[in-house]
Parts: sequence; C-alpha cells; structure tokens
Amino acid sequence: MGSWRNARLVERAELTTTGRSLHFDVPHWPGHLAGQHVDVRLSADDGYQAVRSYSLAAPSKGTRIELGVQAAAGGEVSPYLAGDLPVGAEVEVKGPLGGWFVWRPEQEDPVLLVAGGCGIAPLMAMVRDHRDHSTAPMHLVYSVRDPAQVWYREELGAAQGLGTTVHLVHTRQAPPGSSRPPGRVGAHDLPPPAAAGAETLCFVCGPTGFVEHAAGLLVDAGHAPGRIRTERFG
Amino acid sequence: MNTPSPSYRDGNALAGPLSEIFTTDPTAAWRRCPDCGLTGSLAQLRVYGPEPGLTGRCPGCAAVALRLVEQPDHLWLQMGSGGGAFRFPRL
Repeated sequence: MGSWRNARLVERAELTTTGRSLHFDVPHWPGHLAGQHVDVRLSADDGYQAVRSYSLAAPSKGTRIELGVQAAAGGEVSPYLAGDLPVGAEVEVKGPLGGWFVWRPEQEDPVLLVAGGCGIAPLMAMVRDHRDHSTAPMHLVYSVRDPAQVWYREELGAAQGLGTTVHLVHTRQAPPGSSRPPGRVGAHDLPPPAAAGAETLCFVCGPTGFVEHAAGLLVDAGHAPGRIRTERFG
Repeated sequence: MNTPSPSYRDGNALAGPLSEIFTTDPTAAWRRCPDCGLTGSLAQLRVYGPEPGLTGRCPGCAAVALRLVEQPDHLWLQMGSGGGAFRFPRL
C-alpha cells in the first residue's frame, strides 16, 4: 500500500474545457473501492518531485484506473496532467488510499451523494458501481457553475434511467427554461429527510467551503452526523 | 460564494504519507479527542498545511491530534501535543 507504482497514461478524454479524464494502466493494481484515491508523483529531471491526490473516478477494472483532473489556473501539477503529459508517458501512483470515504455496493441503505464541481469524481465511481451492482436507492445532487461545467453528462443521463436520481444545481448560470434560478445548493435541493430517512448514508465531496455548507444543510435536515462522510479539496 | 474558504482538508488526505508507516489504513481508525471528548475517525480531522508539514486538528475543538512532517529520508509523526515525536526512516 505504501509503495509507488509506475502508471502509464493510456487515454485522456475531455470532460469540459478544463476537466479531463485520465486513464492509466498500473501493472499489478490490487483493485479498489469506490471513493478511494491515489497520490500521484511527478519527478523532474533535476530530482524535484511533486505529489498530489486524485480521486479514482471509476470502479476497479483490472489494471486500469481512471482519474478526474481539473486543471487549476496557475496550478503546478493539474494543468500538466490535464494537458501536457503525453499518452504513453509514465508517472508514479501510490494507492488505493483511504478506507473511510468509500461505498460498497453490498450496502443496502439509501445513498445521498452531494458533489461540488470536480468533487463529482469519487462520487462518479459510486454511481458507476451502483449502476452495475446495486439496487439501493441512490440520489445525486451535483452543483456546477453553469451547464458547460458538467462532467460525465451523458453517462449521468443514462444512470438516471438505471436507478440513480440526478439533480443538477447551477450556481451561476442555469440552462434556458430552467425553473430553478441560479444559486448555491439549498435545503430544497436535497431530498427530504422523510424520503431519505435517518439511515441514509451521505457522501459529500468538493471544495472546503462547499462541503462545509452542504454538510451543514444535511445536519439541519435531520441526517445523523455520523452518517455524513466528507472529502474536502482544501 | 463570497465567504473565503477555510484552508484545510480532511484527514483522508493523510492516507498516502501514513501508508508508509501503517500496514492497515489508518484513516478509518476511530479516535476520541482527549481534550473535548469528540469521537470520530482520523479521516475527519482537519488537516492544515502547507506540505511537507501537515497538522491534523480535532474538528470539535481544534486541539492538535497529530503532526506529520515529510523529509526526503524520514517521516516524522507526532501524536497529540504532548506525546513526543516518532521519526521513521523512509525506504
């Protein structure tokens, strides 16, 4: 678990203008759970190294892993991974990491996922795992600035028909004809506690401020704090 | 959002460096804060940087739960504020 493995970039897909899906082949990958992450290490020729954490965006599938990377303006690592790392090149990864922010498809309790921006990445692994292996009620609330920021749009639309309720929340600009005015996630955007129930397992992922806000709404709505799991980017 | 975001991450972010020391994932470990009594997991600590020095604080009372400092050849782990520090050689 604590050692670095070579990972070769085999595919890069465009999710948005700044969001990319990176697929790596990692020989001897041991498998992982939805919600886990990896640390990625880049090494320069002069020995300088940089390490960042990225969520695994898809369930375990052989030696292939998928990461969701948002190119941060002025960032040191993410713009390079998102745009410059050549397909076929290698980085190092350590993982899978984290045993707390995870969902297992054999869990039968209702699941409420709340994503802020690229916080959708680990939750997408849960949506995909759910699609393939679970009938538990799953509800996704996904907050984006505007319609152009939605990652995995088509796949989420398909998941909607396969048992995952998807609710998009636009904070700055809503699509034409939308009945919901732009604004950050509010209590009315979350499924009512009566429907969700006290035993709902909640996963919240996004920027720190978003997670604070969303977790507060969940507690106010009656969800048990011990059933709310969060992952903040900082 | 107009309010500035607090600059911390979850204890989950410590999973990578701590995996060099622990053979079992430590982020799911249960913990009781000796200062305020709050219980939770290591993953729920609030982690303040910047790297290579990270401080994990209790989400209830901000007491220091652990400090982790990464050096090229060593990893320093201090548990709590008065528990001394452990220095692990990095392989």
